[in-house]
Amino acid sequence: MEFTRRLLIKSAGLGLLAFGLPPAFLLRAAEQEKGPRQKILVVVFQRGGMDGLNAVIPFKDRSYYSLRPSIAIAEPAAGEERAIDLDGFYGLHPALAPLKPLFDKGQFAAVHATGSPDNTRSHFDAQDYMELGTPGVKSTPDGWLNRVLMENKTESPLRAVALTQRLPRILGGAAPALTLTSIEEFRLRQSLMAPAVQKLYANVKDPLLRQGSNSLFAAMSVLRKVETGLPPAAAEGYPNGRFGTSLKEISRMIKADVGLEIAFAEIDGWDTHVNEGGATGQMANHLRELAEGLAAFFRDLGDRMEDVVLATLSEFGRTARENGNRGTDHGHANVMFIIGGKIKGGKVYGRWPGLDPAVLYEGRDLTLTTDFRAVCGEVLSRHMGRKNLKAIFPGYDFSTQPLGIIA
Amino acid sequence: MTTPLTDEQKITHLLSRISFGATPADIEKVKSKGLFPYLEEQLHPEKIPDPVVEEKLVKLKTVRLSSRELLELYPPPQQAKAMGKEVSPTQAPRYVVLELQQAKLLRAVYSPRQLYEVMVDFWTNHFNVFAGKGADRWLVTSYDRDTIRPYALGRFRDLLLATAKSPAMLFYLDNWLSVSPEADANRPRGNPKPAARQGINENYARELMELHTLGVDGGYTQKDVTEVARCFTGWTIRRPRGQPEFLFDARAHDRGEKVVLGARIAPGGGMEDGVKVIDLLARHPSTGRFIATKLARRLVSDDPPAPVIAQAAGVFRESDGDIKEVIRAIVRSPEFFSPEALKAKIKKPLEFVASALRAVGAETDVSPALLRYLVRMGEPLFLSQPPTGFPDVGSIWTSPDMLLTRMNFTIDLTANRIPGTKVKNAETAAELVAAPEFQRR
Repeated sequence: MEFTRRLLIKSAGLGLLAFGLPPAFLLRAAEQEKGPRQKILVVVFQRGGMDGLNAVIPFKDRSYYSLRPSIAIAEPAAGEERAIDLDGFYGLHPALAPLKPLFDKGQFAAVHATGSPDNTRSHFDAQDYMELGTPGVKSTPDGWLNRVLMENKTESPLRAVALTQRLPRILGGAAPALTLTSIEEFRLRQSLMAPAVQKLYANVKDPLLRQGSNSLFAAMSVLRKVETGLPPAAAEGYPNGRFGTSLKEISRMIKADVGLEIAFAEIDGWDTHVNEGGATGQMANHLRELAEGLAAFFRDLGDRMEDVVLATLSEFGRTARENGNRGTDHGHANVMFIIGGKIKGGKVYGRWPGLDPAVLYEGRDLTLTTDFRAVCGEVLSRHMGRKNLKAIFPGYDFSTQPLGIIA
Repeated sequence: MTTPLTDEQKITHLLSRISFGATPADIEKVKSKGLFPYLEEQLHPEKIPDPVVEEKLVKLKTVRLSSRELLELYPPPQQAKAMGKEVSPTQAPRYVVLELQQAKLLRAVYSPRQLYEVMVDFWTNHFNVFAGKGADRWLVTSYDRDTIRPYALGRFRDLLLATAKSPAMLFYLDNWLSVSPEADANRPRGNPKPAARQGINENYARELMELHTLGVDGGYTQKDVTEVARCFTGWTIRRPRGQPEFLFDARAHDRGEKVVLGARIAPGGGMEDGVKVIDLLARHPSTGRFIATKLARRLVSDDPPAPVIAQAAGVFRESDGDIKEVIRAIVRSPEFFSPEALKAKIKKPLEFVASALRAVGAETDVSPALLRYLVRMGEPLFLSQPPTGFPDVGSIWTSPDMLLTRMNFTIDLTANRIPGTKVKNAETAAELVAAPEFQRR
């Protein structure tokens, strides 16, 4: 067997590994100066289809209460477990209370009856359409957040980061984007081997591997500085779990000026077919996690929020009527949240189509009055300074009047 | 003049192409048998006993169950909840896909039918179905076992027809919803969603030509897409989440005349309209070229030399799409054992992980911890969302976070830190798999 072992080693293209290398192989990469403050867009995807009608409640639309006998949120009045009045027509779900102060300061806006115009009720298709940015067209090769990166290119290895296990379709494409689940985990594992592995890859000639490992080591080196500069304990109030952690990590990268422009996070649990709950219960718990996370993020970033806009997306809303299991099924239009230090919040945007059964979409769902691409396009042009929205959302007609969410 | 490959190089190169990575035992075997006799042996997996994998698969009960049994035993969470059932993690639908992933990795690592497993993987990506799309969770197990595996080394036309009729594909590419516009009272039976699309759905028809047969530049028009979609109206599923079997629903079928790629399909037809399309597409010259190109990309290099493609496409046509013959043609081409082909490929994550485990002779129970490396490397098995499947070109697989996971996998493997996976001699293992060169085959 000795022959075959040698042959295997030879075919792998190496002789004996040099163990006992100097353990600290120092990198010179990523010694760049802090750049000018970037404008940053954070997208939070609520996978599963949030029930927007129970998040921002149209309590003055009386059909709302007849459609939802057991899960409706009571209209605003004194006491707990009722909608929180926003403008005399809409109210916030009580679990979203942490966002009310931001609304009052004009730093939180909602857009109602928005979403993707395609009528699919498949999670998979609807998420695809929303991430590709081309409702009804599946063959689009890249995600719209990736196309945002294409307009002007920078060198930062941490320009676009998804806090996910694998790159989501919304960020897939030609522009480089990283995924990481936590800053601390984005490193080579401690072991005797690690320095040798790092040295081997740092000196690799293979062009494909070289490109990847150069950016990798640059990103790792930046993240090590983030760690020493801003230890995670500094941030408080984030909810436990993946979503809270994701926002916390995004905040650390923003504060450390690593060149982040696009960040992406996810929050799950919105597919509430059964026992959705009302003011309390299943969906209320998810809304609380969302609101606490967003409020903590805002607090944590302080005046840096002036450079940040955070937008939520969810593939579709849910049926206007509750179903036989005290839940709701896959529907159509939904609500989006926009948060930022300099937005024109304190308002629920979008035209309300009404919940009268005669005007429901396909007889069952909230009708769409604002395309999500109009909202995202406005954020991209007015906040991110993108000029070519047509390239980001091909096929969409941007001639409609902007909502005016971004000053 | 380039130097021809040495005998040793030929052995390791052949194994790098027709297996998930060489083991010392494989090398001995090819040495004693000869290159082409070994290929012939691999082309007949039914004659290669595989007791190790059989024994290891015993534990993975779901891979033997029908889609209907899987739906009963691993019900959708909302259904279970509505029935007041407590669902443990091992009864969740997720578990079905997990066992299928485990079975696939087990076979890649341990099966002596290596070329067969390589081809099963190839066709699984070519005819991709995303196990995360709705009812497909319960359908991919049968898709792997009953649709892909029986035909992976058979005739392309039979494989194509099997995928066209498979509930997994019908659901994934929406053909089960596609009905003749005239048949408005005839929506697929048992469809619980009143708002499901009515009329023709072109999704399958388009991907059938673009991805499964002709290729994007294969010479079809939008009109052909619509006509093909009309031919497949009525090819549906009895009930995706209850009776997940193929059904031809004559009431939903468009009985009018169609013209596909210039060929007339007479009015009044039924299910045979779709079969005629399959026959037409399977034998179209563009299909031969497209399949030959993709096979050469798997077996030779990302950008395979034109003569190999031409040769393989010719054999595809002459042999009426005999997959074995096409593989023989590629491996026997002068370009196959050329210096340009040596180490020309970056391993896909599955190839990288399996080849590392094989090279070091690891013992593994393919725990979820091991599968997680594949997720972070970008290849969660059976979970490619787009219909293209996982790509077979190196540039996709070398992003910084993917490379980091590859490095950490090597470190964890050789330090014996992957739960359920053991290597005997860590130092030897490190020599084999730690270097960047091991990322290539």
